[in-house]
Amino acid sequence: MPENKNNLQDKSAEIAAQTDAVSIHRKKKGLSRKSDRILLVIFYVFAGVFALLCLYPFYQVLISSFADETTLIREGYKLFPSKFSLDAYRTLFASDDILYAYGITIFTTVVGTFCSLIVTAMAAYALSGNKLKYRNAVNFFFYFTMLFSGGLIPYYILIKNYLHLSNNLLVYIVPGLLNVWNMFLLRNFFNDISPSLRESAMIDGANEVTIAFRIILPLSLPGLATIGLFTSLSYWNIWMESMLYMDDSRLYTLQYLIVRMVNSISAASSAGQSGLPTGVTSVPAYTLRLATAIVTIGPIVLLYPFLQKYFVAGLRVGGVKE
Amino acid sequence: MRNEVREEQLQGISASREADAMIPQGGGSGKRNIVAWLKRTDLVKNRWSYLLLLPAIVFIVIFAYFPMVGIIIAFEDYDPIAGMFASPLIGFENFRFFFSSSDWIQVTLNTLYLNTLFIGTGTLASLLIAVVLSELRRGWFVKVSQTLMTLPNFVSWATVALFSVAFLSTDGIINNAVSAMGGSAIPFYSSPDVWPAVFVIIRIWKGAGWGAIVYMAAILGIDESIYEAAKIDGASRLRCIFSITIPLIKNIIILMFIMSIGNIFKGDFGMIYPFIGDNSLLFPTTDVIDTYVFRALRSFTNYGRTAAIGLYQSLMGFLLVLFANWLARRYAPESAIF
Repeated sequence: MPENKNNLQDKSAEIAAQTDAVSIHRKKKGLSRKSDRILLVIFYVFAGVFALLCLYPFYQVLISSFADETTLIREGYKLFPSKFSLDAYRTLFASDDILYAYGITIFTTVVGTFCSLIVTAMAAYALSGNKLKYRNAVNFFFYFTMLFSGGLIPYYILIKNYLHLSNNLLVYIVPGLLNVWNMFLLRNFFNDISPSLRESAMIDGANEVTIAFRIILPLSLPGLATIGLFTSLSYWNIWMESMLYMDDSRLYTLQYLIVRMVNSISAASSAGQSGLPTGVTSVPAYTLRLATAIVTIGPIVLLYPFLQKYFVAGLRVGGVKE
Repeated sequence: MRNEVREEQLQGISASREADAMIPQGGGSGKRNIVAWLKRTDLVKNRWSYLLLLPAIVFIVIFAYFPMVGIIIAFEDYDPIAGMFASPLIGFENFRFFFSSSDWIQVTLNTLYLNTLFIGTGTLASLLIAVVLSELRRGWFVKVSQTLMTLPNFVSWATVALFSVAFLSTDGIINNAVSAMGGSAIPFYSSPDVWPAVFVIIRIWKGAGWGAIVYMAAILGIDESIYEAAKIDGASRLRCIFSITIPLIKNIIILMFIMSIGNIFKGDFGMIYPFIGDNSLLFPTTDVIDTYVFRALRSFTNYGRTAAIGLYQSLMGFLLVLFANWLARRYAPESAIF
């Protein structure tokens, strides 16, 4: 069953290899017709505009988070606010909430990603190649969980009543240790490493450990980086666990602070519409909201350009990831 | 092909190992036979590999298969003190409760409608971006714009929801623009009808650039000589796109499509909840099965009924995956998943 997928992934590996050759070809392709030139201009404009639209909200939120609160309320959101202020960030970091949440989230992300990569890589390595006689059965054992699940309630009862993970930081880390899809992605990476490399190393006297650490691991670095990025993102974005299992607000994650913030704003504005007094819920100031948003995306966006080259290569070789 | 060759080699190696293990068999003692048999089993021969698998298997048993056993709750009058296995069984009573309310129709229809909308618009947008970018000359422009387009994918839905407040609130950017042009402000957070459109736009902003990567890889794999031949025959760029590019990446489009059909019963909880939360004014268009179950979990104390809804969803999702795969086998065998 996953062998079919392998085919597809082999194809995309070939595609990646061809990419460079194709781009050289494309450069040579001259432009002759007028209608073709017009179409090309439209394409450039379209790509440029869409790219700018993707960037715009980030810019707007970033610049407005540095705006002066009263100026922002009076003038609305401007491309360049007339008065700047750092008050929002001062208020933000003066409260314990965000600092605790930051600590919890960073801890969860770092420890979780590290442990998850180990568990995932171990399983993926064992399932790669044709080492195991029962690998198809094991593959199915994993694959089936992608097709069918017990649903939220049994899971909730498991965490709460059987594993007793409420109010425990492990509830953020342990349930995310293995993502089956990521494991199969990594397995395909390992499969793509030529077995002859391994055999020649064996002839030269290398043992399994040497092969794993000196050959397989360096060669699958793009794969590990891709999986590592996905995993760290999913740890960074955890919030439902805070809502369901945590009673102590000092154990909340950053994203949960945001979800609570949005929900209070949404509730207040719909209450305002339906005639109830708006003052029912305390709504954070405009610039404070924006500053919170900026602070929570910071690390991921800063990491992203460095990891991008890895994961684009990783995606192409490893197969499709939605 | 490569794998098969490798398998033969490995079998060669293991055959010699088996021969070693079989030598004592001639001795005849039963104990020895068992030891020899054990030595020959894959579990012992590849014990280090199985040991590497062990943490993952234990994890899956606990976090995926145990909840499947827990489905039994859906048929019980669940009593938290008695626990999962000692609560009284009540047959399909919990299901009857859910299906006799009007909620189930609303959340099911919302889930299907929103997902269909997202799959359709998302595929089209990603495809459009992939085609456009692959027509442009490779260079800094494509690199930079692709980076910008994939950037939003890495921001969490919660953060996007907070961003959106700046755009959607009554004194937000969109409403300022609307009133500047003389229109009347749209109260987004109390108008359910606008939300499917809002979600579609936000999803395209967030995911279309990322989704395009798969299609771009496929387009770049097309043999360039086909385009050259078409050009010699006088085909325009547009003609090339519709007669070469799209037909040749049809398989990957179908594959992605089928994979999404399998998920059509899964509401995008991670997206919807941060935006909507418990704002009941917006439920008529945005309440999906997942948000319904989640709210039920937090408010009802009746776990049995909530588990029944979850099981209904899982089962329908599973059947859809099978159906999608059947479709694939029938109409695009290369795209079948299993």
